[in-house]
Amino acid sequence: MGYSIVGESVKRVDAVAKVTGKAKYTGDFLERDMLVGKILRSPHAHAMVKNIDVSKAKALPGVEAVLTYRDVPANKFATAGHPYALDPAHRDKEDRTILTNKARFVGDAVAAVVATDELVAQEALKLIEVEYEVLEPLLTPEAAMREGAPLIHEDCPRNIVSSAGYEIGNIEEAFKESDYIFEEEFETSIVQHCQLENHISIAYVDSDGRIVIITSTQIPHIVRRIVGQALGIPWGRVRVIKPAVGGGFGSKQDVCLEPLAAAMTLAVGGRPVKLELSREECMIDTRTRHAIKYKIKTGVAKDGKLVGMHITAISNTGAYASHGHSILMAGGSKFRILYPMKALKYDAYTVYTNLPVAGAMRGYGSPQITYAVECHLENIARKLNMDPIELRRKNLVQVGYVDPLNGNVVRSCGIRECIDKGKELIKWDEKKARYQNQTGTKRRGVGMACFSYASGTYPAGQEIAGARIVLNQDGSVQLQLGATEIGQGSDTVFAQMTAEILGIPVDMVHVISTQDTDVSPFDTGAYASRQTYITGMAVKKAALEVKEKILDFVFKMTGIPAQALDIKDCNIVYKHSGEAVMPLAEVALRTYYDLCSAHPITSDTSNNARVNAFTFGVTFAEVEVDVCTGKIEVVEIYNVHDSGKIINPQLAEGQVHGGVSMGIGYALMEQMLFDEKTGKPLNNNLLDYKLPTIMDIPEIGVAFVETFEPTGPFGNKSLGEPPVIPVAPAIRNAVLDATGVAFNRIPMNPQRVFEKFKEAGLI
Amino acid sequence: MYNIQGYFEAETVKEAVDLLAANPNLVVIAGGTDVLIKMHHGQIEKAELLSIRKIKSLEGIEKLEDGTVTIGPLTTFTQVANSPVIKENIPVLAEAALSMGGPQIRNVATIGGNICNGATSADSASTLFALDARLKLQSPQGERVVPIQDFYLGPGKVDLKPAELLTGILISPENYQGYAGHYIKFSMRKAMDIATLGVAVLCKLKEGRLFEDVRIGLGVAAPTPIRCPEAEAFARGKDVSRETIAEIGKLAVKATRARTSWRASKEYREHLVEELTQRALKAAVLKAGGGEVA
Ligand SMILES: Cc1cc2nc3c(=O)[nH]c(=O)nc-3n(C[C@H](O)[C@H](O)[C@H](O)COP(=O)(O)OP(=O)(O)OC[C@H]3O[C@@H](n4cnc5c(N)ncnc54)[C@H](O)[C@@H]3O)c2cc1C
Repeated sequence: MGYSIVGESVKRVDAVAKVTGKAKYTGDFLERDMLVGKILRSPHAHAMVKNIDVSKAKALPGVEAVLTYRDVPANKFATAGHPYALDPAHRDKEDRTILTNKARFVGDAVAAVVATDELVAQEALKLIEVEYEVLEPLLTPEAAMREGAPLIHEDCPRNIVSSAGYEIGNIEEAFKESDYIFEEEFETSIVQHCQLENHISIAYVDSDGRIVIITSTQIPHIVRRIVGQALGIPWGRVRVIKPAVGGGFGSKQDVCLEPLAAAMTLAVGGRPVKLELSREECMIDTRTRHAIKYKIKTGVAKDGKLVGMHITAISNTGAYASHGHSILMAGGSKFRILYPMKALKYDAYTVYTNLPVAGAMRGYGSPQITYAVECHLENIARKLNMDPIELRRKNLVQVGYVDPLNGNVVRSCGIRECIDKGKELIKWDEKKARYQNQTGTKRRGVGMACFSYASGTYPAGQEIAGARIVLNQDGSVQLQLGATEIGQGSDTVFAQMTAEILGIPVDMVHVISTQDTDVSPFDTGAYASRQTYITGMAVKKAALEVKEKILDFVFKMTGIPAQALDIKDCNIVYKHSGEAVMPLAEVALRTYYDLCSAHPITSDTSNNARVNAFTFGVTFAEVEVDVCTGKIEVVEIYNVHDSGKIINPQLAEGQVHGGVSMGIGYALMEQMLFDEKTGKPLNNNLLDYKLPTIMDIPEIGVAFVETFEPTGPFGNKSLGEPPVIPVAPAIRNAVLDATGVAFNRIPMNPQRVFEKFKEAGLI
Repeated sequence: MYNIQGYFEAETVKEAVDLLAANPNLVVIAGGTDVLIKMHHGQIEKAELLSIRKIKSLEGIEKLEDGTVTIGPLTTFTQVANSPVIKENIPVLAEAALSMGGPQIRNVATIGGNICNGATSADSASTLFALDARLKLQSPQGERVVPIQDFYLGPGKVDLKPAELLTGILISPENYQGYAGHYIKFSMRKAMDIATLGVAVLCKLKEGRLFEDVRIGLGVAAPTPIRCPEAEAFARGKDVSRETIAEIGKLAVKATRARTSWRASKEYREHLVEELTQRALKAAVLKAGGGEVA
């Protein structure tokens, strides 16, 4: 494709502002007379608040308000960052109130304080006297689903949020037709996003009596709706401002602080209140990644063709549903396109427990199921004495495949080329041969895993995006979006798209990075790897409209038909020859000031994308295992992605670097731990929670197989979440290759590896 | 936000110990990388702090005429790691210093704070144990010198008397001259982590083939850093061989008092002691010119 700016590694539009510290994050807003809010958290995993006495706290000088469940609206609301469903049957589970009189996990918010500063607020929390009736904590899905277990939420029998699944074809028949049947179990752990910027919101009431919330979020328009619902006020009375955001990974695709921040400012007559979580709080009272247990039964034909698969998934969603069952369903639908089979049965249970709330996190259920399935396929290949790559190749999807349940179509697919490239980069065949029959203390192995993913949520979710472009007097433009820059680089790629279409350099596209629900176009936000694909469509549409209006204006000025014209390098040119007609700036100036025909050019566009695109990729990893200490080191790792056309290679590589690091942590180190009896968090800080440092991550190899996706605005498909998805199973398969020991549970941390090696007789 | 109720600065040791004597609530702060964390987590509340950062006499590293190496407690880990005196005479201590935290932390954290904090995981401690370091302590009543082994009383507990300040760390020549050493910090991360096990080994060889002396200092193998007397006694005079080293590894476990926690099981910790003591000793032998032991 003949693009000149799309496809180039142009510098991030926010690079200088961020490295010089000028970019303004929520914590940089220093509102006048600002107060500080703090939350009193339950020390019990499951308990009723019998009595709560706030009189001493209220009497403390400097305390402006103390709130309990009695002082805030009792409206139940859902917190998941999804578009609102007009059909009540499709809405997220409304199981939350701003403050609770029933604690459902250690850390649940039972009261809150607003005070002049943090220390006073902290002191006041200690003065609140709460009497609890302690209930049995249910810390595993098994305990929670047990007959007769207490109910965490009254309306969910056996604590099951949902058990909706699906069946494609007839699984029992498929098993009958199979030559072999394999059955295994896999398990993933609870991990946390650990984005750099903790959750923070500032709320106040403005001079018109509206509630303004400045907040670190991925989804400002959704926050506005949910605050309205939680407070029971018209949504238009809420204004949400999203400034620069220091990462989210899904933990900010959820409404965690904003309703409480709003309630706090209302309690103090509208004075600004800052509610900021510490890292320790962030790790227990925002969101986590669901731990999921899988049982997989697979029927395979002699030649390695997968005939049918029956997956039972049990997901631990913690104390409130948040994204709840959507995670299991999304994971269960995005992976299945990769290896089409005659029959696929998916039994899925999302279960409440008395642990922190699980929600959206990069990959949204796909890292879990991809881990299980890609480990399972590796084991099957070994049992069949087949090359694991061969087994996968035999079953890969072809272009033209239509998902039988949601109707999404595979229109571009570079998975085979991704595999080829990955094999070559890691020198697969050579290493496979070299690493046979090792006996030393340090053993090496190679492994790989594939994934498929979607670009956005259609048709499960609505995919609407807005863009607004204003042509300035000098021929530059203002680009306004409802989609959010949270560090991933979306503002930059939108600027590239606009510049590409309008024939101007990127620095003539001024991106308004802040979203303000009062003025920004409607867009649901940063999640589901949707923005470059979905919002990109809206940006393209808006830019094309502006271009059309410009050329029309030129036609009126010159009589040259618009079809004969184009814009190149800030000039209006003849399409056929490239000969300049006049500078764009001259046209732009006239659109403002021509006495007769002035009509400033703008476009305000919304795009409802009723389409989706599948993305693919692989991880190839080489590990060195220290058999005597249980330490696993990733020595080489490559991710190869088919994300369609790459809009900005350097930013794309950055996404892959981050995703791979996250995947390495998921495979080897990270896990949130809780006391097995009480549910108290054991490691909710960055010392005890082993997030890898830069020293723990090897050089990361990145490559792209650039297919052209016909539905993408520039041939592009998703890339935000995908890099994390296949990493853990690839590492696990490499460990299996090195040692012959199959880990069906992550993380493979040294303690666990030691135990397993002892069991296997390696130590 | 820290709840700091008062803040004092001393410029001399005398001024500091007098202030401490006058106000028993004062908490000494050096680099603050333990004190401030404790305040953040509520283990120290409403502190009144006494900064000793301005006491110049507590800084720096020197080799005295008799060969004793003295380290001022205010010396940062970066300074320990970069010190020519340390690198030339006791390189294993520089190794240990470099394993600590990350560059920013090493720039502020002091070796005195590391010891006085009393953690069994302190990255300088196991090496200082192996070196038989002695600590100089000063109070308004006077000065005393104690072996580091006696200074550690329990987890987070050290033998600092009221109004007492650590003023020097002494390593005498008979404890480092002729020795080669190796430190292994076994942790889950390569930086910014607390040790799961710290193993410091010193050895002195006779004719390159006999162990004249072996010293093993372990961190996180017991509530305080420890030495391994049985293993060390066994080693003396034995030939440098795979078998001897294997036995030393086994005996090292005898000194430990590991326990199971959510961080690691007792069984795994003991396994690591056996394995890593051997590895550290083999590396130390190599540095002592003893050749490779497979
Ligand atoms: C991010 C991070 C990473 C870390 N990583 C490591 C690591 O890898 N390994 C490791 O061992 N530690 C680590 N630590 C812990 C800490 O940095 C060290 O223990 C450090 O050496 C403490 O020194 P300091 O000067 O900061 O002590 P401070 O916090 O100032 O003091 C520590 C204690 O010693 C007392 N004290 C200090 N100096 C004296 C003195 N001269 N006389 C009497 N009492 C005194 C103080 O009252 C206090 O009780 C880490 C800490 C952080 C925050």
